[in-house]
Amino acid sequence: MIGSPRARRAAALLVCYGIIGAFMVFFLFPPYWMAVTSLKTNQEIESLEGIPLIIQKGATLKHYVDLFTKTDFLVYLKNSVLVTIPTVLISMVISVMAAYALSRLGFVGAGLIGTGVFLVYLVPDSLLFIPLFKVIGGLGLLNSKWSLLVVYPTAIVPFCTWLLIGYFASIPRELDEAALVDGANHFQMLVRIFLPVAVPGLIAATIFAFTVSWSGFLYPLAFIFSSSEQVLTAGTVTSLIKGDVYHWGGLMAGALLASLPPVLLYAFLMDYYISGLTAGSTKA
Amino acid sequence: MSPDTAAVHAASPARVAPARARLLVHLRSRSAVGVVMTLPLILLIVGLVAYPFVYAIYLSLLNKRETAFVGLDNFRFLLTRDTFWLVVQTSFLFTSLAVVWKAILGLVLALVIHTLPPRGQRVWRGLSLIPWVMPLALSSLGWWWIYEPTHSALNWVLVLLGFSPKSWLADPFWARFSVILVNIWYGTPFFMITYLAGLKSIPQELYESSAIDGANAAQRLRHITLPMLKNIIAITLLFSTIVTLATFDIVRVLTRGGPRQWTHLFGTYAFELGIASGDVPLGAAVSLFMFPILAVSAFFILRGIRRSTS
Repeated sequence: MIGSPRARRAAALLVCYGIIGAFMVFFLFPPYWMAVTSLKTNQEIESLEGIPLIIQKGATLKHYVDLFTKTDFLVYLKNSVLVTIPTVLISMVISVMAAYALSRLGFVGAGLIGTGVFLVYLVPDSLLFIPLFKVIGGLGLLNSKWSLLVVYPTAIVPFCTWLLIGYFASIPRELDEAALVDGANHFQMLVRIFLPVAVPGLIAATIFAFTVSWSGFLYPLAFIFSSSEQVLTAGTVTSLIKGDVYHWGGLMAGALLASLPPVLLYAFLMDYYISGLTAGSTKA
Repeated sequence: MSPDTAAVHAASPARVAPARARLLVHLRSRSAVGVVMTLPLILLIVGLVAYPFVYAIYLSLLNKRETAFVGLDNFRFLLTRDTFWLVVQTSFLFTSLAVVWKAILGLVLALVIHTLPPRGQRVWRGLSLIPWVMPLALSSLGWWWIYEPTHSALNWVLVLLGFSPKSWLADPFWARFSVILVNIWYGTPFFMITYLAGLKSIPQELYESSAIDGANAAQRLRHITLPMLKNIIAITLLFSTIVTLATFDIVRVLTRGGPRQWTHLFGTYAFELGIASGDVPLGAAVSLFMFPILAVSAFFILRGIRRSTS
């Protein structure tokens, strides 16, 4: 039966799983290695004997306990939360209003603004962080976590607006006209008709906003110098590394814990996330 | 919503046919409401993107203390520095190699996942996205530990396989290799996801009719899949060129531009000069060198998207 369609299909699947296996090793080894290291004792990390890829001398939560009791990790965590929540809220309000206006209220220049929004989305943070450093200084926000509240929306709002325009555009226009004839104003229309229909888009945009704000590294590194104001990413990288001897266990515990919120968020809401991500390249 | 209600009150003569009149008023007030609702977005873009961009150009024309106007001296100075040319070289090498490998690996992975039965696809797609979802600065920290020469995993595996251990981040060649590898690890999932979405949008009939004609897998890939994905591949490549050229986190965490400035990209070099050493004008000049490449890529992306809509 060799060469029959079914046998060929089985062989093709086998090759596919082999390739996927190789990719999974490449993709998942770093987080695995971080997790293994964070659970090892210092002696085992420093030992040159045995197989480093597995825990041989007993797992320990000491690095995690130390993280919360002996470092500023909790301060960074608090600051990250304090920055991320208002950043997401502000960005979403601005994006929803703009997307509604740009997709429905065809006013002069709406098309031009739409294109402009897309171009701004392509501006990377490493292009403008130096003038923004001066702008933040001018606002008196250097070395304050609130400086991030000023700059993060610029990285979030263009993409979210672009995404939501796509969702709003798919809502049939007959619905608006019916609502207008019934006497609804634009605010009521947005809240009662557009938002419920665009829930998948809103979720995707919110996850994007959260991820950008939580993962940002360049801005906090450039604008914030005190440990008490620092957020998780820059705080873990800069101040958990102390002295000449790196304590890898604690470092990996911190990096892994700080990575967890976006990973968990996306694990539960993956399908929204992906439909949002691909909306820009396929639907548009 | 106040302009809206005001307009409704002003329209009292139209009471004869209230519903139609209200519709008309709404149409007329649309522009005003539209502008008000877009205003926060416009202020954000003007104040925190357009103004900083112009400000960057202005800053790049000043001396280090920002007390005097020096024209193009900062740019001229950079062009005479070997370090700057090394940054240019690294940036091009980093961007081209990383983008090409991400595109190839992303395509392979997307094709492979697409071949699987639909139920399995979800799991592999989800697991593949982990590198892209972890905050890059923190996963770079994990890679930093992987590259550690004596106690860590990579050299242990190399020795086990009979190769000589490498000093990954201290040797110029391997340091460049290392930062590119992390970027490929981080960015391949993004390519996979966009390609996978593209693959799902190819009509199945195309494959069915080609199967009747007796086309094999390679022919189907060359004559159906790749032509159908052409636009998505082009847009993803350009988009990734921008993001990759602008990379900061990986290099800052792994090497800080070293050894001997061999891994600096425009972003990290600008940070080194502008923030760490306090020469804001020179740093601003370095990041502005990225702009022409970004602008050209953005132009073609926009053209590509317009084409696929029309």
